[in-house]
Amino acid sequence: MSRTPRILALTAAAAIVAALPVTASAQAARDFVNVVGSSTVYPFTTTVAEKFGRQGRFKTPKVESTGTGGGIKLFCNGVGPQHPDVVNASRRMNASEFDSCRKNGVRDIIEVRVGYDGLTLSESKRGPVMNLTRKQVYLALAKQVPDPANPTTLIPNPYTMWNQIDKSLPATKIEVLGPPPTSGTRDSFNELYMEAGCRTFPWLNTLRGQDEKRFKRLCHTLREDGAFVEAGENDNLIVQKIEANRNAVGIFGFSFLEENMDKLRGSKIDGVEPTYETISSGKYPASRPLFIYVKKAHIGVIPGLQEFVNEYVSDRALGEEGYLTDRGLVPQPKSDLARTRADVKSLKNFAP
Amino acid sequence: MNSTSNGVPRTAAETQVRVRAGLARRYRAERRFRAYGLAAVALGISFVVFLFGTVLSQGLSVLRQGYVQLDIIYDPEVIDPAGTRLPDDLAVADYQALVRAALRERFPDVEGRPALRELYGLVSSAASVELQKRVTADPGLIGQRQRVTLLADDTVDMLLKGKVSRSAPEDERRLSDAQVAWVDALRADGALQLRFNRAFFTNGDSRDPEQAGVRGAVVGSFLTLLITLLLSFPIGVGAAVYLEEFAPRNRITDIIEVNINNLAAVPSIVFGLLGLAMFISFFGMPRSAPLVGGLVLTLLTLPTVIIASRAALKAVPPSIREAALGMGASRWQTVVHHVLPLAMPGVLTGAIIGMARALGESAPLLMIGMVAFIVEVPAGALDPSTVLPVQVFLWSDLPERGFVERTSGAIIVLLLFLIVMNATAVVLRNKFEKRW
Repeated sequence: MSRTPRILALTAAAAIVAALPVTASAQAARDFVNVVGSSTVYPFTTTVAEKFGRQGRFKTPKVESTGTGGGIKLFCNGVGPQHPDVVNASRRMNASEFDSCRKNGVRDIIEVRVGYDGLTLSESKRGPVMNLTRKQVYLALAKQVPDPANPTTLIPNPYTMWNQIDKSLPATKIEVLGPPPTSGTRDSFNELYMEAGCRTFPWLNTLRGQDEKRFKRLCHTLREDGAFVEAGENDNLIVQKIEANRNAVGIFGFSFLEENMDKLRGSKIDGVEPTYETISSGKYPASRPLFIYVKKAHIGVIPGLQEFVNEYVSDRALGEEGYLTDRGLVPQPKSDLARTRADVKSLKNFAP
Repeated sequence: MNSTSNGVPRTAAETQVRVRAGLARRYRAERRFRAYGLAAVALGISFVVFLFGTVLSQGLSVLRQGYVQLDIIYDPEVIDPAGTRLPDDLAVADYQALVRAALRERFPDVEGRPALRELYGLVSSAASVELQKRVTADPGLIGQRQRVTLLADDTVDMLLKGKVSRSAPEDERRLSDAQVAWVDALRADGALQLRFNRAFFTNGDSRDPEQAGVRGAVVGSFLTLLITLLLSFPIGVGAAVYLEEFAPRNRITDIIEVNINNLAAVPSIVFGLLGLAMFISFFGMPRSAPLVGGLVLTLLTLPTVIIASRAALKAVPPSIREAALGMGASRWQTVVHHVLPLAMPGVLTGAIIGMARALGESAPLLMIGMVAFIVEVPAGALDPSTVLPVQVFLWSDLPERGFVERTSGAIIVLLLFLIVMNATAVVLRNKFEKRW
């Protein structure tokens, strides 16, 4: 019976022993590259990281999926092995983020544009063909839309069927599944579709210059009456839901459409179908650039950082037949890629 | 009782009549209530069956994996042109070239770069690692010919498992018509088979579904839970013993008790934030380490362990304490020799249930960097690592179709762990429980 306290004492002792070496080794230098940031860029950076690790010269970089905003915050926290070396971003770093970086001593940053992601609207193959304009998307999803009778006043969104917006659209219920406001994809959707659609109304376009806050509130607020469904951060879930519901339209990145071409079809936007070519050339209206940002102060300090970035922009990875293209990343045109490589080579400083 | 007032029955016969009249109604009420209970149980079970059904139907196929057998010629010109046979030279050779040569030999009439690219795509890029391992282990292989079993690409695997439709038009599936024909040719002569999927249990994470395994996450979960157990068990039991057996009952202990109960209900993400601020920012511990994960989960499970241990200590009858004290034992001896051993089954059950909760947590680990892509299996509590529920979360969000099955496979592994832990708790309780 008296074994119990001994077990307790033993576990306690073991716990203390286990905790001891912590503080000593935590400050030691890191021997692998640490990447944080966007979940949209995550599938691509992890691919590069794995291939890079396989070469055996350096350890496989660690890639955290924290979201663009959270990643930049971690990245900008300071210089030193306890801070990340690279941040994935599904949008450009903005001025205020850059300022906070500088304030914490992260002065020199290299911006690397890795490619494009097409933000697609997709529907089930079994459903009606959608040929949308961004104006129609805006009219279908905004909480308040201009009154058709009197376009300068706003009314609560009256449309329930696509063909009420335009006769050419199918007579099906408006049902769009998309990401929640916390997602970077939602920010891109607001910018690429909602704002673009909004600006087709002249008075709203002028409002943008005068009262940007009001413009954003009017254009970015999506309806809450069930026509737009927040389906969570998981894009595979949206894919499954629109597969099951033939009249629904889903919002997600091109790589998910590409992987599910047997079941889904990308809606034409302003007459352009989402393909590698149209997204890469910028013809597809809703494409967004993807970036990685590299901390210059860590180059030469963290083993493998320079080589990792070189691998990222190499032909094996980013070329037209590179392994990232196989993963659904839309490569940038050759001339742009050459400029990106030159920037990496010369360690050109980023300024927003 | 023959009371006479306000309609109360006077005789036994009258009472019986009244009781009979109400009896049917009372029976009906009971039957109805039972039916509600049964319906609730049935609904609960159907949810569980649905959950397990979906997970198992999607995930069991992960146990098998497409493997392709090829006649590999260990060409000295490719592996070691200089003829040094030094391990460093053998490590950097282009082993994928051997696979490409073997594929060309098997399908000699394939010509042109695009067609060859498609042909090479049938075999996983893991093949080169396998060949490198073989050559490094036995350099004598160089110059020989050997039939080697290699991992097939995930698209081939999906086709073999019927998860890619053959009838779909060519441009709508990941495999071209030519690739499907090659797959069928290889199947016909038995060179392409579904076999037991060892890689799933021995590999760490990977961006290629066919190479991705749960080992890294399982080891990460194990290390994290070990630290959680080592810390939360002694601290939790110590706190419970003190509060239950020694502490005076006053305002301060009341406040502590209320706080412990409150902490048990705090959302887990809050503990993650606390861990980030305290362990990583203040103490400077590394991100993504099982050690920090274990510390955060300790904070999370401590209230559960303390509450369960206190309940177990409370359930030991006071007569045992009084008897021990009466025989001249000190309070310390009473607790250590009698109360604690008798309470142990309950304490252990509480600890295991706390651990099971910790095993399923992913939200607090997001804040401390354990939601990460980590290929190498962690070797210690300071190596970057991830855990099972996080692995499920990460795989579920990847576009490749092969990861759907991996996700369910990882869920099955997680469920097995939980079932084993909970079963241990039940066995311990049944085996050591005493009734008074």
